[in-house]
Amino acid sequence: MNAHYPALLVTVPLLSGFVISTAGWLNKRFCFPIAVAALAVSAFSCVGVLLQVIEQGAVIYKLGAWEPPFGIVYHVDHLNGLVLVVVSMVALINLIASKRTVQEEFPEKLGPFYTMYVFMCTGLLGITVTGDAFNLYVLLEITALSGYGLLSMSNNDRSTFATLNYLYMGTIGACFYLLGVGYLYIVTGSLNMRDIAQILPSLYGSKAVVAAFIICLVGVWAKMAFFPLHGWLPNAYTFASSAASGLITPLVTKVMIYVMIRLILTIFTPAFAFSVVLVSKPIVWLAVIAIVMGAVLALASRNLKKMLTYIVVAEVGYMVGGAWLGNRIGMTGAILHIVNDALMTLCVFLAVGNIVYKIKDTGFENLQGLFRKMPFTMGAFVIGAMSIIGVPPTCGFFSKWYLISGGLQAGQYGFVAALLFSSLVSVVLFFRVFEIGFYEPLADHHGHGHSAPQPEPQPQMHPMMDEAPVSMLVPLMVVAAGLVLVGMYTGDIVEHIVRFAIPNALI
Amino acid sequence: MEDIVQTVVAKYNYWIYITLMMLGLYAMIAKNNLIKKIVGMNIFQTAIILFYVSIGVKKNATIPIMQEVHGHAVNVAAYHNPLPHVLMLTAIVVGVATLGVALAFAIRIYNQYKTLEEDEILAQIRTREEQMGKI
Repeated sequence: MNAHYPALLVTVPLLSGFVISTAGWLNKRFCFPIAVAALAVSAFSCVGVLLQVIEQGAVIYKLGAWEPPFGIVYHVDHLNGLVLVVVSMVALINLIASKRTVQEEFPEKLGPFYTMYVFMCTGLLGITVTGDAFNLYVLLEITALSGYGLLSMSNNDRSTFATLNYLYMGTIGACFYLLGVGYLYIVTGSLNMRDIAQILPSLYGSKAVVAAFIICLVGVWAKMAFFPLHGWLPNAYTFASSAASGLITPLVTKVMIYVMIRLILTIFTPAFAFSVVLVSKPIVWLAVIAIVMGAVLALASRNLKKMLTYIVVAEVGYMVGGAWLGNRIGMTGAILHIVNDALMTLCVFLAVGNIVYKIKDTGFENLQGLFRKMPFTMGAFVIGAMSIIGVPPTCGFFSKWYLISGGLQAGQYGFVAALLFSSLVSVVLFFRVFEIGFYEPLADHHGHGHSAPQPEPQPQMHPMMDEAPVSMLVPLMVVAAGLVLVGMYTGDIVEHIVRFAIPNALI
Repeated sequence: MEDIVQTVVAKYNYWIYITLMMLGLYAMIAKNNLIKKIVGMNIFQTAIILFYVSIGVKKNATIPIMQEVHGHAVNVAAYHNPLPHVLMLTAIVVGVATLGVALAFAIRIYNQYKTLEEDEILAQIRTREEQMGKI
């Protein structure tokens, strides 16, 4: 059992998908428990394999006992061990939290929804665990296809069109990645990541290798919505159902960042990425533009959920920039931010899910008096917002601190300035929401704005609390507490996991 | 001039796949009709499949089915490389699945807006938003 964790964490959700779709025909009540059980086994295996990695170093699992360069291997080291735990936990928590909303939004489609949900998790976990470049492409497409299904399954009538735009961009991204792998295969004759890394050093001068690197990167960027290629993300994620956006927003971009870091660190090695191909400076500048644009576009939106999706675009800029600073601290910050950003995005999107559940719309004009109406949800939202801004006890502060020190060490002052600018903009963004939710009286629709200083209205003395159900609040509270806990244990995570995830060659 | 001709002719498979890929990309970006966009996307994917298939081919070689085995040694130069072709089986399946999902979306969009022209859909979305008092 212990030795098979890497295989179990992918196969259990995969097979459960077929069981769920059958159960959907027989009795819809079985779908949810099966999905929870499958993802729980998966999460347990992820934690188990991470503990094994911490104890005894990288775990290599040969599928079908084929030897590495020929067969597919699952290679778990400190980097993907950490990402695996985050992915499986986020997927499980969101699954439990979204039970009610899924039941209310698509009572007829429980089977298809949960089937695609577990397939999506299979894809994300598979991308993270695999040690084979082509296998990664296949899982990328599994993730993307089930993601399109999940995003378009929504009561919002704009979701299908937004998802179709995502589908174009996702296909271009995946095809570019496939093309890059093709070039790599031409020059090395191998598809195993570590095998390629061993063959490559003698070929660093080859133009095909440089082309492969750039093409793979562009493909991954299109998938993660890095700045010039971000156009699809805000609409696709805004118009999706709460359950789908709670799974996809925190995870897809983060897993793609992981793929990029894997490309830099393992397949092409830091020596090639930072010294042979001289693209790190322009990429950091692109990241700067991504951060600034994300922040500015977030300022311009008048809808809470859309604002948060633009913040995701900015956060992608943080991680890409941090990874390309070319030093150890920046890379530590980027890896740490994968964990933190997945958690804090989950936190705010679960909160948004609760708000949507109760008031159906996340336009700013509908958020009045929300702190009175939903104090617990908004409390958790404040913790998530603090983490995105980067206020010390929460985990967002620590990864931002690493990113800023990495930027200073690399002399990339533009990146540091962009990080500080985006933090300040986040303060404005979230306090604007807090102001509407806290000071403006409950939505009673007479003249929003501060037209006349009216006397304190009486109804406020009897606040009407109308919280989301407990099954949605408890997961949200767990995540909010997790933000603070991860923040407090940042030192341990870096010391025991992230430190070993970065090769010693990177100083 | 002769150099250019030489590079084009000697690597004609790459030129074909790049031309096809750019055609597909052009259709995805420039065309207004959703079905044409989807066709462009499929051309784009097929171009990469062609690229993979072409890199497995060797001169004076045959299909990778062993004719005679002399002991353990296999003359690899006598057979096409089957691996890229096998990989493309997966990519073809993925391409078909993506095409299916995209066409399903197109049907849903048509039922919703009664048109497949992107500018008309966007105009409808805009008027609807203005009616709802958003923006």
